[in-house]
Order: sequence, then C-alpha cells, then structure tokens
Amino acid sequence: MSLMPTPRRDIAWIGRANALVRYGVLIGVGLIMLYPLFWMVAASFKPNHEIFGSVSLWPRDPTMDGVVKGWRTGTEYSFATYLLNSFAFIIPKVVLTVVSSVLVAYGFARFRMPGKQLWFALMVATILLPKSVLLIPQYLMFREFGWLDTYLPLYIPCAFATDGFFVFMVVQFLRGIPPDMEEAAVIDGCNSLQVLWHVVVPVIMPAIISVALFQFMWSLNDFLYPLIYLSSVGKYPVALALKMAIDVTEATAWNEVLAMSTIALLPSLIVFFLAQKYFVEGITSGSVKG
Amino acid sequence: MTKGRVLLRGVMKSFGAVDVIKGVDLEIAPGELTVFVGPSGCGKSTLLRLVSGLELPTGGSIMIGDRDVTCVHPSERGIAMVFQSYALYPHMSVAENMGFGLKIAGLPKAVIKEKVAKAAEILQLTPLLDRKPRALSGGQRQRVAIGRCIVREPEVFLFDEPLSNLDAALRGQMRVEIARLHAKLGATMIYVTHDQVEAMTLATRIVVLNAGRIEQIGAPIELYRHPANLFVAGFIGSPRMNFMDGIVEAAEADAVHVRLNAATLRLPRHEGDVKPGAKVTVGIRPEHFRVGSAVDAGDDQAVEFDSVIDLVERLGGETLAHLRMPSLSDGVLVVKISGDIPLRIGTGLRVGVRLAQCHLFDADGRAVGASAARVAAVAA
Ligand SMILES: Nc1ncnc2c1ncn2[C@@H]1O[C@H](COP(=O)(O)OP(=O)(O)OP(=O)(O)O)[C@@H](O)[C@H]1O
Ligand SMILES: [Mg+2]
Repeated sequence: MSLMPTPRRDIAWIGRANALVRYGVLIGVGLIMLYPLFWMVAASFKPNHEIFGSVSLWPRDPTMDGVVKGWRTGTEYSFATYLLNSFAFIIPKVVLTVVSSVLVAYGFARFRMPGKQLWFALMVATILLPKSVLLIPQYLMFREFGWLDTYLPLYIPCAFATDGFFVFMVVQFLRGIPPDMEEAAVIDGCNSLQVLWHVVVPVIMPAIISVALFQFMWSLNDFLYPLIYLSSVGKYPVALALKMAIDVTEATAWNEVLAMSTIALLPSLIVFFLAQKYFVEGITSGSVKG
Repeated sequence: MTKGRVLLRGVMKSFGAVDVIKGVDLEIAPGELTVFVGPSGCGKSTLLRLVSGLELPTGGSIMIGDRDVTCVHPSERGIAMVFQSYALYPHMSVAENMGFGLKIAGLPKAVIKEKVAKAAEILQLTPLLDRKPRALSGGQRQRVAIGRCIVREPEVFLFDEPLSNLDAALRGQMRVEIARLHAKLGATMIYVTHDQVEAMTLATRIVVLNAGRIEQIGAPIELYRHPANLFVAGFIGSPRMNFMDGIVEAAEADAVHVRLNAATLRLPRHEGDVKPGAKVTVGIRPEHFRVGSAVDAGDDQAVEFDSVIDLVERLGGETLAHLRMPSLSDGVLVVKISGDIPLRIGTGLRVGVRLAQCHLFDADGRAVGASAARVAAVAA
C-alpha cells in the first residue's frame, strides 16, 4: 500500500483545471481579437445587402460575386495589376533595406570609428523624427530629380539605410553575438566583407528575416507615400486601389472591397508563415559554448 | 632553422589610457609548448591576441619564424587559434568549418577535402564530418576547433583557455589529447590557461604573467622548485604556499637565521645577501610539511613544531589540514598530508619542517638564495 496516490491525483487534477482555465482565457481573447478578420473574410462571400443586414458570421447565400467583381475592379485595370505594382517597388525596397541596414549595422557594431557614439545617437534620433516633417522637403527634392509618378522615391531612399529602426534592430542583435566567430574568420583569411558575407550574415539570418518581413508588411500597407508620389492609376499599388474602390462608385460595393482586402492580406500572410521558422529556430545555438 | 620560433621584443599594448601589456620580451623556441599563466585580467589573452594579430601592439615588435609580423594580417602570420568559446561557424558542417580557411585561400575542392579528411583522422572526427556544430558535444566541438587549426598547417598554434568550458573528466582527456597532438605535430604552441594542472603537465616552459609583465619564465618543475619571487611562489602550486613573516637574526656564509613568531629557523642558503634585521618572508609549501613520526629521525635539517587543528579537508587521496602554529605564524597554515588520515578539529598535531625545502624572500619579494646564475638565465 502506498501513501502517495491521494495527493498525487489531486495535484494532477488541479494542474489540468489550471491549464483549462489558462487556455480557455487565451482562446477567448484570441477569438475576440481575430473576430474582425473572420468577419472580413466571411463578408467577402456575402451579397452586398447581407453585410450590414445580418450579424451572422456565416453567409446565408454564399456567393463569389464580390471576389469576381472586386478582382475586375471598377477601373480599366484588374486587381492583378495593382498587386504587381505593389511588388514592383516593395521587392527592391526590401532588398535595398536589408543590404544597407546590415552593412551600416555591422559598421556600428564591430568597427572603431571617431565619434561613433554620436553618429549612433543621431541615427537613433531619426527614428523619433515624425515622418510628416520630411514629407514636403522630400517631395520637393524628388520633384527636382524628376522622379514624380515613378517608384523611385518609394525605394531609392532605402538604399541609404534611412530606416534607423532596422539598423538599430540589427545592431542590437549583433551586440548579443560574441565576436569570436568573426575573429576566427579573420584568422582564416577573410577580409571584412568576407567575414560579413560568410559568417555574420548566416548567423544574424533571423534578424535579417525580421527586417525583410517588417519592411514587406509595412510597405504593403503603406498608403501615404504612394498617394503622394504616384499620380497615374496604372501605377497604383494595392493600398491605393482599395481606397479607390471606396470612393469611385457612389454606393460602395462593400463585398467587393472586403474581398479585395482579403486577397491583399494573403501575400503578407504567406510570407509570414514561410519565414516563421526562422524566428523560432535559434540559428546560433551550438556555435559558441553550449 | 627558425621556422616556428616566436620572438617578442618590448611588446606593449594599451587600450586607451589603460596599459595592459607593459613591455614583454620573450623567445619561444621552435616546437616548444609554452603556457601563459597568471591571475585573471593580467593580460594573457591580450598577449596571445597580439601574437595572433587580432590586436596590434602599441610598442615593440613580434617575429614569427624569420619574419617581422608586427603589422601583418592574422591570416598571413602562419598562426592558427583555438578560442575558449570554440567559435565554430554555426551554419557550416564540421567539414566546412575545418576547410573554410582553405576555401577562402582559394584552394581546389579536392585538396581541401583531402586535408580535412587527414585532420579529421588525427582527431577521430571522421564520422562527424557532416554534422553541424550544434549537434556535437563540448569535447567534439573543441576537437573541431583544433581540427580547423591543423588543416591550416600553421607554424604556431595558439590556444586561449581551450578546455575551460569542459567538465573535469573531459578536460583531463582533452589535455592528454593536446599533449599527444603536440608530440605528433611537433609544432610550436602557445597555450593560455588558468588551470595549474594543465600548465604543469603540458608546458615545455611556463611564462608567469602578472599585471602585464613577465614574472618568471621556466620549466614547470623549475618554477615549482625555485620561484624567483613571492608572486610566482604563491601562484604555482596548489594549495598555495604558506607565507610567514620573519626577521633576519644572523646571516652566515651558508645559512640565514630567521626569527619567526616564537621560533628561529636556520635556513641553508647557497648565497644569502640579506642583512641581520631585514624583514623577510619564509615560504613553505603545504606538501613539504611532515606529520608526526613521519619526520626522518636522522634528518638534522628537520625541525618539529606543535600545532592545533583548525579545519580539516579530506579529499580522499590526501588530506588538507589547516593548522595554527603559534611558534611560526599568527595565521593559519595549510598542510597537505597524503592519504586519508583521521584528524580531529581542536586536537594537537606535531608537524615537521624540512629546512632545505623552505623558501626565503626579501622585503621586495625576491627569492633569496636561489643561485644567482639561475635567476639571470631565467630573466633573459
Ligand atoms: N578591447 C579592450 N578594451 C579595453 N580593455 C581591454 C580590452 N581587452 C582587454 N582589456 C583589459 O585588459 C586587461 C587584460 O585582459 P585579458 O583579457 O588579456 O586578461 P586575461 O589575462 O586573459 O584574463 P582572463 O584570465 O580572465 O581571461 C583586462 O583588465 C581587460 O579589462
Ligand atoms: Mg583571457
């Protein structure tokens, strides 16, 4: 006969009840936060009159009408054009941001230079600068360059590591990595750029992926800059196209707008889930003392 | 043949206003395994990094082989380095880690593969060549780090506390492997460590550093038997040497009479340049005490004293007794007794001291009576 069973069963029960409450609350709050999203997806498949007429999440008369018409859009271009337009400037933007931010961050994190503290502080200060302050001078500058109604003003600035936030993020990440590996690479005969390419970049891949992902999502959502610099409808990205769908027709076809919003979400979602494993995987584990 | 010789002349290094290395002269003969020891922060790693070229000296010159490499890029100095943290490239397999230097040097793939395979064989890494570092144990990682060095066929291997992240058993095993490797490759090695046992067993010569200066250079046994000063005497040997303050009563041609607390010791010296009345320090290693009847009856050089046991540490193979010996010192003296002897705290113990094994240091901490010729040879 053992003395243990009674208390042990109690503990197991309390543990299970605990987990139940914890997950119950988590799932509840999660559902509340996701509800608008579900509603949007569901509404894409409702006829227009049903969207505001019923509270039910599930469409009573499911229809592809919204998706088909929305894809065609009220303009001379289909939604595919707008999606491609978005990618036309987002891809160079992401690439340039990653390259320039990593280069500058590597410099800040690993090299001695006169006045480094000051430069770094200045760079961080630019993060705090409200974007709208720069809007007018930038507009005037790009007009002088003759870059209006092109994608250049949207991505060329990123080639100069103008997103202080990303530089800061990579610097912080690099600071957490012991420089021993890089020194080993120097002894193995690498110059600074080879060290960066062969050792630093693979090691900070999680940070690089985060930078790329954030830049991708923020650029896809960006409304203001395309609005300012682009004037021909044929060059509009998704964010502007959605806005157009709302004001061109007098009676907005909400199901079309919501269907397109749902489609506009997909690239971000796909990219996010593809990149997710890099957030989870600690790629540096095992390199230095374990 | 000067391949593998390392020569430091007046090497200095400052970080800003902080002088870390304050003028080091050192010649390491080809094939020697030289160990740098010293307290934490004394500049061992910095000195090693100066040899490697990862840091540039603020003064002096460094030669490896026949070349002055003071300002040469680390990869062209003919050195290879094993880091304390291993510093393996986490995204590369073991084979890629080992071959990386050759790949950067632009060697053909087949040659790299062959050299890596050869090094892997020496280190018994062949079955692990395709693994990533994170799938290796600490000891295996350290072997890969060493393999990365072997592949480059350097003139000089540099090790910065390579075993300090390993557990005690593995450390012992790796220590033997490094000794074997040194015998096999016959290359010059410089090895930094905190560990007395590593230093004593591996070294051809030990360099004792303190606050950026060399205190003494010599073979392990020489440092143990004839420490040139108080610092080395206290640093080499574990547990550390007991020190007792005394005053010289009389100096004879072949001995010095030193008055300790309540006793006077007649310490035999070959040369004693101390004057009566001078303050001195007498040092006795814990293992040089003799307990009870173990003192040789016929040894007229031995003296016995009474003590009271303050604390006992039983290590199994040996016993450390912390004793109060009012006739010698006000402090507690540590005595190492081999075997597991039952000792009771608070009881008395009769302890013998062999006078020939006592060390004597003058007021400046320099050893008195170590033969002058030897001291000169060591300092050069
Ligand atoms: N890059 C640096 N900038 C400023 N000071 C430094 C730098 N590197 C080392 N030091 C200083 O130089 C001194 C010696 O450092 P070093 O790393 O050589 O010591 P060590 O003997 O290897 O110590 P440990 O046994 O703890 O490894 C220390 O006081 C350290 O603070
Ligand atoms: Mg060190």
